[in-house]
Amino acid sequence: MSAFLRLEGLVKRFDAALAVDGISLALERGEMLALLGPSGSGKTTTLRLLAGFETPDEGRVLVEGEDVTRVEPVSRRFGMVFQHYALFPHLDVRANVGFGLESIGVRGAERDRRVDRSLALVDLPGFGGRRIAQLSGGQQQRVALARALAPEPRVLLLDEPLSNLDPTLRERTRRELRELIHRVGITTVLVTHEQDEAFELGDRVAVMREGRLEQVGTPDELYASPANAFVGGFVGQSSTAEVVVVGPTPRGTRISLDGIEWDLDAVPGHPVPPPGPALMLVRPEALRLTPHEPGAVSATVTERRFVGPSAIFTVRTDGGAVLDVVAPPQAAPAGARVGLMLSRRVGGGIHLFPPDGR
Amino acid sequence: MRATPRARLLAALLLAVLAWLVVYPIALVLLEGLRDPSGWTLRYLRLFLERPTEWRALWGSLWIAVASVVLAALIGIPLAFLFARYDVPGGRVLGGLVALPAVLPPLVGVVAFLFLYGETGFVALLVQRLFGLTEPPWRLQGAGAILLVHAYSMYVYFYLFVRAALLSLDASLYEAAASLGAGRWRTLRRVVLPQLYPALGGAALLTFMTALASFSAPYIFGGGFRVMPTQIVATRLNGDDRLAMVETISLTLLALAALWLFRGAAPADLAGGGRKGTAPERIPVRSRPLRLAIAGLGWGLAGLLLLPHLTLLLVSFVPLGTWTTEPLPPVYTLRNYVTLIQDPVRARPLLNSLWLAAVATVAAVAISLGGAILSARRRVRSGRLIEALLSLPWVVPGTVFAIALATAFSVHAPWLGRVVLVGTLWILPLAYLVRNLPITSRAILAGIRGLDPSLDEAAATLGAGRGRTLRRITLPLLRPALLAGASLAFVTALGDFVTSIMLYTYDTRPISLEILSSLRQSDVGVAAAYGVVLMVLSAAVFAVGADRGGSG
Repeated sequence: MSAFLRLEGLVKRFDAALAVDGISLALERGEMLALLGPSGSGKTTTLRLLAGFETPDEGRVLVEGEDVTRVEPVSRRFGMVFQHYALFPHLDVRANVGFGLESIGVRGAERDRRVDRSLALVDLPGFGGRRIAQLSGGQQQRVALARALAPEPRVLLLDEPLSNLDPTLRERTRRELRELIHRVGITTVLVTHEQDEAFELGDRVAVMREGRLEQVGTPDELYASPANAFVGGFVGQSSTAEVVVVGPTPRGTRISLDGIEWDLDAVPGHPVPPPGPALMLVRPEALRLTPHEPGAVSATVTERRFVGPSAIFTVRTDGGAVLDVVAPPQAAPAGARVGLMLSRRVGGGIHLFPPDGR
Repeated sequence: MRATPRARLLAALLLAVLAWLVVYPIALVLLEGLRDPSGWTLRYLRLFLERPTEWRALWGSLWIAVASVVLAALIGIPLAFLFARYDVPGGRVLGGLVALPAVLPPLVGVVAFLFLYGETGFVALLVQRLFGLTEPPWRLQGAGAILLVHAYSMYVYFYLFVRAALLSLDASLYEAAASLGAGRWRTLRRVVLPQLYPALGGAALLTFMTALASFSAPYIFGGGFRVMPTQIVATRLNGDDRLAMVETISLTLLALAALWLFRGAAPADLAGGGRKGTAPERIPVRSRPLRLAIAGLGWGLAGLLLLPHLTLLLVSFVPLGTWTTEPLPPVYTLRNYVTLIQDPVRARPLLNSLWLAAVATVAAVAISLGGAILSARRRVRSGRLIEALLSLPWVVPGTVFAIALATAFSVHAPWLGRVVLVGTLWILPLAYLVRNLPITSRAILAGIRGLDPSLDEAAATLGAGRGRTLRRITLPLLRPALLAGASLAFVTALGDFVTSIMLYTYDTRPISLEILSSLRQSDVGVAAAYGVVLMVLSAAVFAVGADRGGSG
């Protein structure tokens, strides 16, 4: 299977520091990949290696089998939307969008036609004569997108495209962006530190940490079976606790938390650590609060946060573990003594890792 | 993006040019001061150290510079507070008028003071007539006269720097201090003043350097009182070239010592840099008598500041030999201006100054732009060095540079990088160019640093090569900075006196030299007319630079 865009073992050092440490990825034509990671994880450097602003110390970038690693950004034909848009403030919208077309020799009526088409695509018809300073943040973002798409690049790169929008606008723009990019069918790499953004926009999500890929997969795969505690913690809500793996059961594994034993169902494709100490990553919905009763882990409610129709309770077990549990808002007041049990309704949602979390 | 081979080559070329123009002449002076035709010698150094006049001149330079800083601060800082913090009646107009001394080139300001406060000036004649004195009431001479001119022309630095810093303070800073229970005085002392330190340091350094290098005022008013720049010129006139070089070195060392003392104070930009938040509301002055008093004081001050300009204008209408002892000139004519245009001999210095300044400005902008792009955009490794060399002439007093260039380019030795330029058309533009590099490059560097680098990257992803990006994106966005740098450079070159007097030839004599010779021939009207032309040209160029700079 030959991928449309392929990153092969990219390595980038700044002075002594490894910013990107052996990244390999392959994208199908028209696929949208989100690079997700905290700041300093190397995701932006990876994007800049793709754009050609940086040259990798090792590895290659291939588009349709053509090696573009040393091709200058000018001739790479990758479109990019910058975090702060980088619209040319002294040119109007039309000149901004037409800038890339002129580079490839499209001029006159043909250029105007294609500028109009690009502006219509981002739902800004008739905005050609506006000055950049007259546009709202959301409009600037769309002009930046139109400008990047107008010369019909091979690959589209998005650097934190929604980070400059206010939260209410962000959600709507996210949907529009996803719809638009799929309509255009362009192969896209997106960088973000927002999990929601990565999950909604990316066909697949690549989680990065310290210059390495931690896991690549569809949002469902990442959520259902995180490769390690970092991915599990970065993706979705979760909390962790130290537990002891007691041993296998017919349906899965038996673990012990504060001396109370729980039987967990096996998660397909996810190995269980050997008996002994382990790190448990647990989704809030995988646990439930009960009255204080035998067989439940004794705990005290320390905090309650409202999330939509339910609430997330932070509880501290008598053994000292701090866990998040979802429950109806009225389930218990702060300071109450409660019991902690596995939720019967949700299968999975609990992942076991070796004590170091890897 | 690493620097491309082409960028590295260009950087190396630029470094070579800068080393040749900026460093080499000064290094030559240093060496020549320690040599004579027979070889190395300490004779001139010993001569310098043994002569009390040398020490007196050096000491004079130092204390005049320090006193100028103190005086300029005493005038400029209160004015800045008054116009930046208080809602003074007519404050907008007054706040602009207060910066007016900036449009008087050094020599023109000195000449205006001569007409106004000199022993045969308006004020002296008026006092003499009022009190029926037979002698002029005072002589405008010596250290006092120099300090008067310095205070008048240099408080502007403190005023502009401190005002810009005050205006860039966020209003919430005052509100936070007030909400924490700090009174007005404690807020000033603990919150506002610490924020002003960089501006105060920058203004103090700029004033000190300008006063140390000041030549026009000591040259015209000094009399027996010598400062080092006038001492150097006198020594050279005596033919003691090598002693002059030792003197030059001593002045440079003094300037370097000052720079080292103030090394924490980055010379602030007059533009005030990036403003955060909103500027605080001006404090309204409620009490009616106080409002009137401040308005009266303000307009009185503006009148005082404008007097030299008005004096120049008035004197420029005086025909030769018609004004002797009357308090006001009896006869007025436009002939002085007509001769400036019609008489080819008179028009020549005007045209000279214009083309000399234009050539020097274009070259300074080109070199600064190249250096700024290479350093801030192409990331060449020598970027810091290029910037340092571009700003080096700022440390070196004009007299020193004049001597250095006169030394380097009076010998024909092409294999040593020395050609004879002294006595040709090209030495003056070269001198202006070198002296202008610091102001031009600072303006352009600040401009290019203010541009988002991703604009360049965006242009690249859109397929625009370096040339097209420069033409379509960088240069249009840099226009305000380019205009600001160019206008500063042009005005400085247009009014230059200190380097011109040492390097000019008859064919390239600039306006300032013609003003001097008109004065010597007692043709005050023509001298003043030249001064007015310089003043108007300077103001016009400043206005263009500021206007385009603001709206671009």
